Amino acid sequence: MSKLGNLGARLHRGEVGYDFVKNRKIWYGLSILITITAIVGLTVRGLNMGIEFQGGAVFNTPKNTSASVSQAEEYAETASGHDAIVQKLGDGSLRIQVAGIDTDAANKIKNTLADDLKIDSEQINAELVGPSWGEQIANKAWQGLGIFLILVVIYLAIAFEWRMALAAFVALIHDITITVGIYALVGFEVTPGTVIGLLTILGYSLYDTVVVFDSLKEQTKDITKQTRWTYSDVANRSINSTLVRSINTTVVALLPVGGLLFIGGGVLGAGMLNDISLSLFVGLAAGAYSSIFIATPLVADLKEREPQMKALKKRVLAKRAQKGETPQTGEAEELYAEEPADAAPAVVGPRNQPASRSRGRGRPSGKRR
Amino acid sequence: MATPKKGRNASAQSKPWRSLALILIAIAALTGGMFASGHTKPRLGIDLAGGTSITLRAVPEAGNESAINKTNMDTAVSIMERRVNGLGVSESEVQTQGRDNIVVNIPKGTNSEQARKQVGTTAKLYFRPVLATEVSGGNGKTSPSPSPTGSPSGKPSGKATDKPEATDKDSASPSASPTTQGRAVTDALKADATPSAGASDKAKASPSPSASGGTAEEDAKKLQAQYAALDCTDEKARGKVGDGSKASEPTLACGKNSQGQWQKYVLGPAEVDGTDVDKAQASLNTQSGAGWTVQMDFTDSGAKKFAAITGKLAQNQSPQNQFAIVLDGDVVSDPFVRQALTGGNAEISGNFNQQSAQELANMLKYGALPLTFKVDSMTTVTAALGGDQLQAGLIAGAIGLALVVIYLMAYYRGLAFIAILSLLVSAALTYTLMALLGPTIGFALNLPAVCGAIVAIGITADSFIVYFERVRDEIREGRTLRPAVERAWPRARRTILVSDFVSFLAAAVLFIVTVGKVQGFAFTLGLTTLLDVVVVFLFTKPLLTLMARRPFFANGHKWSGLDPKSLGAQPPLRRTRRPAAPVDPKEA
Repeated sequence: MSKLGNLGARLHRGEVGYDFVKNRKIWYGLSILITITAIVGLTVRGLNMGIEFQGGAVFNTPKNTSASVSQAEEYAETASGHDAIVQKLGDGSLRIQVAGIDTDAANKIKNTLADDLKIDSEQINAELVGPSWGEQIANKAWQGLGIFLILVVIYLAIAFEWRMALAAFVALIHDITITVGIYALVGFEVTPGTVIGLLTILGYSLYDTVVVFDSLKEQTKDITKQTRWTYSDVANRSINSTLVRSINTTVVALLPVGGLLFIGGGVLGAGMLNDISLSLFVGLAAGAYSSIFIATPLVADLKEREPQMKALKKRVLAKRAQKGETPQTGEAEELYAEEPADAAPAVVGPRNQPASRSRGRGRPSGKRR
Repeated sequence: MATPKKGRNASAQSKPWRSLALILIAIAALTGGMFASGHTKPRLGIDLAGGTSITLRAVPEAGNESAINKTNMDTAVSIMERRVNGLGVSESEVQTQGRDNIVVNIPKGTNSEQARKQVGTTAKLYFRPVLATEVSGGNGKTSPSPSPTGSPSGKPSGKATDKPEATDKDSASPSASPTTQGRAVTDALKADATPSAGASDKAKASPSPSASGGTAEEDAKKLQAQYAALDCTDEKARGKVGDGSKASEPTLACGKNSQGQWQKYVLGPAEVDGTDVDKAQASLNTQSGAGWTVQMDFTDSGAKKFAAITGKLAQNQSPQNQFAIVLDGDVVSDPFVRQALTGGNAEISGNFNQQSAQELANMLKYGALPLTFKVDSMTTVTAALGGDQLQAGLIAGAIGLALVVIYLMAYYRGLAFIAILSLLVSAALTYTLMALLGPTIGFALNLPAVCGAIVAIGITADSFIVYFERVRDEIREGRTLRPAVERAWPRARRTILVSDFVSFLAAAVLFIVTVGKVQGFAFTLGLTTLLDVVVVFLFTKPLLTLMARRPFFANGHKWSGLDPKSLGAQPPLRRTRRPAAPVDPKEA
């Protein structure tokens, strides 16, 4: 802990820091690569939709079937090659549901099942079932999602600014695409649980981005009033200063989900848990990654195009050149190298100012100089 | 920014005990309520606990067998889904099976009898003009002359409509006292008595527009004969009455009046039907003493039709100024009209209690089933995910949580104590609320929801982490703990509120717009987001304020997690150099 604690302190003082913004092209590239893989996976392999979405077949065995639920599940899965849902009914018969089956396939499976369960195939009643997650539910869900996304972009544009809203939106699409793509690649069945998992991620991804943006907004408040740092510098520093929080939050959120995925689904073999926890695990990780590596650099990129920020950058560069300092725009190491020297005064700086002043502004400058 | 912060700080700092007491009382109350209600466990969804499975079979209508097709079955599924899963939190599943079956699965602990009624009722609603009516006697043959005792008060059940219009109130009787109505009925029945005595009399059917043709006359005759023979007290006869009748033709129907007596009716063609109803809700009508009623708002075209029919009826003599509200062939209400009702709404009253009124409102709101269904079988089903899955999930979840605790302890040391207590408070609130919501709104917890709750732990923990990191930043800047705790709060608070607002927005929008499981998810998300804010504001912050007063934390003990040295705070001696520091360029 003390190491991480120290890391926090050093990040706080700017002694260490990773230049996320400068190296953004690498991360953009990486994300684009993963996203393309995901999209390819999605188009080539497609999603394996569960019985809840596409319907399937249901087999009812006669009363007092001797086979256990887990046995029947195994039989049904080998016979059909799909996930099966098996329930025992009140009279001791079994209800076996298998997704994505048409009448012909259903008859074949019925015969195989009859052999496996050692009952006459005539006694098994096979019928096609429709989806329980019908079109109407899906349509309403899309509609709700659309409305929410519009509202959240408007909200972020008001609470922050449109660039951040756009970046948060890009990060969100990024997270969802990756998660869905991995689903297609792994070939897990998409159940309502998966959809719920995706929605959870949607909320989490935005939440995480907003936390990072909140710090960014605070630190860049008075950026035009100084000439030491460009927007990218400050953005980068804001990521670094919330880095410990990001790591901690991600670890705390991922640990239990990882437990469900690797221990519950992997070791203990609870299949259905896999469906849900995989989407959560991938999505949470992607959400944490995108808010740091994609969303914030993207905001910096967009911001640097503003005439105001361009002018600022010019001034900053001019000042640096004038001072005879070497740092180029984004040379992180040199930038940070000079900091420890005058970090001390800055750190105490706010203390001799009235509280109200130091709080409202100057965090980026006050902290570091 | 400074002023509000100070004011808030002062109050928050001075009353940390108050908030703590508040939240502890809330937990105690919820726990008490949970044990008092006897529902100490959240209801589990069908995937975890199993439940009841109801199979319904579509009943083919004579002459209209092709109605049982995919479109109608799908419509029926979505209507049933909404009826049985109104708020989306009850985790019921509805799907078609085979050609003409619908399977409804409801989780354990749901009132399956009520669910059966909810999905099995067709809820076909018609407003038909009354052509004739009389009490149907128990002796099989009704005497045409109404029994005076039964009828005078026989009508309060048929209370009419259109409450919003004040203009109606004085002139119109619909909402007038039951006695007037009672008298009107008597008149109606008397007026009625003669014609209906002569069963061949065509006068009866003539008001109906369709009764002009020759065959129509024959039909009317037939209807008249049937009416005379109809005995509504006979259940079998009641079951058959009006069967196969078309909306556009006159028909017979039975209904119970408020005396509990069966009344029989000859009804004209339907003028307004259930598809014209836009919204419906149950309400307690205390003004007229009608008890629980169902209020309906018509769609625009429905309102026009309703105004037209009431205007027409108002010119008639009793009983032909009555219209009957017919639900699935039964007359539930038969109000009078004295003038056209143009308010675009109507009220059904009858022998409702709160539950039955709400059920009916629900059915009307979500519309009638396109087909009639019969319950084929009702049976229990086991959990769709075996018990082993749940157990594996719980074990895995517990291991994951233990790892979280270890991580927090390693990183935050003493502060972890506050974090873990906060998580416990949050868990206690979530658990008790979910347990209590089971019986109250039918909330059921399925596996995705359990996983979602685990992720919610991460989001709740994030609020503490944001705050703790802020506090540590303040300490690193050389502050002592108590001011650091107070100064870090306004900023941490803003971050928490802004980010939680986004989550809550998602929850609210999805809850309002969507149906089914997505709606259930939105509910859980909204609940946990609100709890997050409550816990951080009322528990974590006050607790940290209190702890900051303890020497263990205030002096930055090595294990407190707030040791300035290990946090890398600047040594105080540096302070002397401060005045020499260059002017903050930002201020320049």
